[in-house]
Parts: sequence; structure tokens; C-alpha cells
Amino acid sequence: MNYEILLPNSSFKECADFIKKNFREIYYVEAGYKIFDNYLIGVPPIPIAVENEDVIMPYVKPCHGCFVLRIPGKEEAGRLRKGE
Amino acid sequence: MNALLMMGCPELPVQTAAALYIANRLNHEGFEVTAAGNNAAIGLLLNSDPERHYIKKVLDLDRCIANLAEKKMEFDLCFVFIHSDSGISYLATVKSLSKAKTVAIVFGKEIEPLIEASGDSIIIAAKAVHNPTPLRTKIDGVKSWAALMK
Repeated sequence: MNYEILLPNSSFKECADFIKKNFREIYYVEAGYKIFDNYLIGVPPIPIAVENEDVIMPYVKPCHGCFVLRIPGKEEAGRLRKGE
Repeated sequence: MNALLMMGCPELPVQTAAALYIANRLNHEGFEVTAAGNNAAIGLLLNSDPERHYIKKVLDLDRCIANLAEKKMEFDLCFVFIHSDSGISYLATVKSLSKAKTVAIVFGKEIEPLIEASGDSIIIAAKAVHNPTPLRTKIDGVKSWAALMK
């Protein structure tokens, strides 16, 4: 998957705050929301930002903490905008 | 009854010992136990229990989350091993996806913020990194896991 790390190795709260602070178009989803064939891990409500056709989301790995990723995803951005 | 042991990063040695100890207790009480973790966590568990006396079923952590999200599996009791912020995220996710009663097994050096973030789960917590005894003592404080299900 093509992605850019906007914030590395942080806490989930730091990642959620980063998204809320730096982006305007934000959607909130439940933990386990399926996006890019991945089920989101985190403390709900989980903020996901959309900027143009990019999705900006927190991504948790057990050994590495939480990251904020920017991932190009026209289809997923559209799905979030429709509230799906 | 079935129980899930959801393990985090295995960088703290007590995790594997605690998981095997809890699995043994659960087996004796008649639970069907599944352990979920990443490759390293599962590898440590299975190398410590080569004849599978304690750990009967294992599952990749991502697959486990997917199965819970897709309602392909459900548990009565879920133990989430927490020694970092990631563990709190996994606990919150399990609580969102499952009706299981959740038990936060909190360990490491700085456990207070993790205990606070564990919310309304049953909390078993001890400062423990290498020596599993403090955590085992707390686990032993629960006389019956099956009784919690009644």
C-alpha cells in the first residue's frame, strides 16, 4: 500500500489529536471500522480525515505504537463522505 | 465457555509466563482457550508449551480482530495484555466488537496510567517486567473465572 507517515510512534490520543488539529474534514468511526481491507484499532470515536482524495487515519501496531498515515484512496474517501 | 488471551508486543518477558499461567487456570475451569498475538508473541508461547498442554488454539492478532469484526467468532471472556498505549487501543477495540467480559492484564514499569485507561474492565495489575510473581499473585486473587460469568 502506498502511504506517507505523518506522525510516527505516538500514543493513540496523540494521533487522534493530531488529526483533529491539522485537518478540517473529519469523520468519526467505531473501532473495527473496515478501511483499506484493515479493521481499525483504537479508542472510539476514531477520527479519520479526508483531504481531496487522501485518507488520513490512525494506525496501531502492537510493538510500535500508533502512527498517523496519509493514504491515497478515492474510493474510501468517497465512502467516508457518504457516511458508509 | 470460551476465553481469548489477546497478547501485545512480547518485549516484556512476563507476558508469556502470565499467558501460560492464565491458560492453565482457565483450562482447569473448563474454558476453551484461544491465544491471539503477532508472530513473535505466538512463537514465544508455543516454544514454551511445545506439547500444547496449555495453549490449544492460536490465532494471528489481525485475523482475530477481523473475525470479531465480522462476527465469525465470539468469546465469553477476553484477557487483553497491556503494557503500553497500544494495549489500551486493543482493549477498546475488543470492547467495541465483542460482548465478552473483558479483563485488563496490566503490567510493566508504569502501570498507573494504563490502569486508569482500562475503564470498566476487570483489572489485574502489577508492576512486573521480568519477574512474573507480582502479576501471578494478582491473578491468584481471582478464585474462579467461571464464577465471573454467572
